[in-house]
Amino acid sequence: MMEISTAELRPTPSAPGTVLPRFETPLVPRQSIAGRALIAVVAIMTFLVSLTTGAVMLVGSSASEWESDVAREVTIQIIPAHGFDVDAAVEKAVSVARKFPGIGAVRPYSKEESSKLLEPWLGSGLSLDALPVPRLIVVKIARGGAPDIPELRHRLSAQVPGAELDDHRGWIDRMRAMAGTVVAVGFAILLLMIAATMLSVTFATRGAMAANKPVIEVLHFVGAKNGFIAGHFQRHFLLLGLQGGALGGGAAIFLFALAGLGSRWFAGSAVAEQTTALFGSFAVGFWGYAAMLAQIGVIAAVTALTSRRTVNRTLESID
Amino acid sequence: MVRFENVGLRYGLGPEVLRDLTFRIEPHSFQFLTGPSGAGKTSLLRLLFLSLRPTRGLITQFGHDVATLSKDAVATLRRRIGIVFQDFRLLDHMTTYENVALPLMVMGRPEGSYRDEVVELLDWVGLGERIWALPPVLSGGEKQRAAIARAVIARPQLLLADEPTGNVDPSLAQRLLRLFVELNKSGTSVVIATHDIALMDQYDARRLVLHDGRLHIYD
Repeated sequence: MMEISTAELRPTPSAPGTVLPRFETPLVPRQSIAGRALIAVVAIMTFLVSLTTGAVMLVGSSASEWESDVAREVTIQIIPAHGFDVDAAVEKAVSVARKFPGIGAVRPYSKEESSKLLEPWLGSGLSLDALPVPRLIVVKIARGGAPDIPELRHRLSAQVPGAELDDHRGWIDRMRAMAGTVVAVGFAILLLMIAATMLSVTFATRGAMAANKPVIEVLHFVGAKNGFIAGHFQRHFLLLGLQGGALGGGAAIFLFALAGLGSRWFAGSAVAEQTTALFGSFAVGFWGYAAMLAQIGVIAAVTALTSRRTVNRTLESID
Repeated sequence: MVRFENVGLRYGLGPEVLRDLTFRIEPHSFQFLTGPSGAGKTSLLRLLFLSLRPTRGLITQFGHDVATLSKDAVATLRRRIGIVFQDFRLLDHMTTYENVALPLMVMGRPEGSYRDEVVELLDWVGLGERIWALPPVLSGGEKQRAAIARAVIARPQLLLADEPTGNVDPSLAQRLLRLFVELNKSGTSVVIATHDIALMDQYDARRLVLHDGRLHIYD
């Protein structure tokens, strides 16, 4: 049997004056392939969710701009008839409209202007004198005014023969329905995107967790409680989620900002006019950017919560 | 400290790998756990380490019936047990110092209260110059000593070691055995699972011999 000598167990002590060691390394390794894959997944999904949000807000704000533009004016149409003094009827209609409460500017279109409106369909250079081209009067509603449109319609038909009032109600209703549908579809896509994000994050988190299983096992063996381990992993994944969200959301914000600047630079060109007609100023505005920033936080939180659930399940499976 | 009464263990619907184990591990005791490969040494160590529950019988550790313990209670109890794995299980992304300090950090102790202790223990096991090294650059013997240091840093009442000399040469094996004996002298109960008869012959200690799932005790 051997003799026990503690002297043999005492090798060279550490050099004096050396820097004291510190416990600096995070329990969950920061740099790992699975972690980078999770950042990439979160970044891509945040980018797509932010793009969808921006597009929905763009359509929504453009539709409400069109709607308010159209709703702020009504049109009086004077239908010419044989032996009927159209100019006198226009003057009378303008006078009735101007006297009506809640009405702002009233602008009658001249015969030439009315004819010009038909040019896109009939071509230029044609004499339209022989045609009974209706005359239009554009009536702007005063700011804050709420004129009684049925009463105006009634007065016009009573005092001006051949006058018809169009308040664009049918057009507004159709546009409202269209914009509502687009926004609803956008929201449905957004919900699907968020669900897809949660699923992708769940699977990516599971992958990252599988890679970190040895860490969890060792922590378990040294007496770490489940709450302690889950807390560390949740912080780790919240950080990864924030990194991925900032990358994806930042890219989307940059893209929208660039598009907004581009539409300003190209203002006046034919393409820009078409784009502006369709999307307004192509700016998502403060609330759009705020929503995209909020999404970065939401997706990071989703990543952290999903990972906590995954960690807890993994911990349950380890004895 | 540890009491087994008619303990049996089977995995799933398979045959019993451990049968009718009845024994005690007393405070300050030293014992070798041995037997042929596949006799159930690692399974018994896992029962002692609370990472397995018996399929029958009673196990009490530090006065607690392990069948009734919650997960958090198991974690608290594990802080009184140190374990050295055959494959070390060091965390590769952490320095030797951090690996050894891990049990104390997990207990929530402030670093200032344990830094000197950890450095002193690393010196004691001959890793004073390797405190900054990551496990992948340590030799087999250094890893083994780091794993042992981690197991004993929190002054456990029970130390379990699974083939602690399986990866090292005979002279280092002898040194590690001396380390375990020293720990035992300072009050820790030690259970070393090994099938290295030469190692057991170097120190006169109780032997728990597993054969065909049954335990034979030679005091």
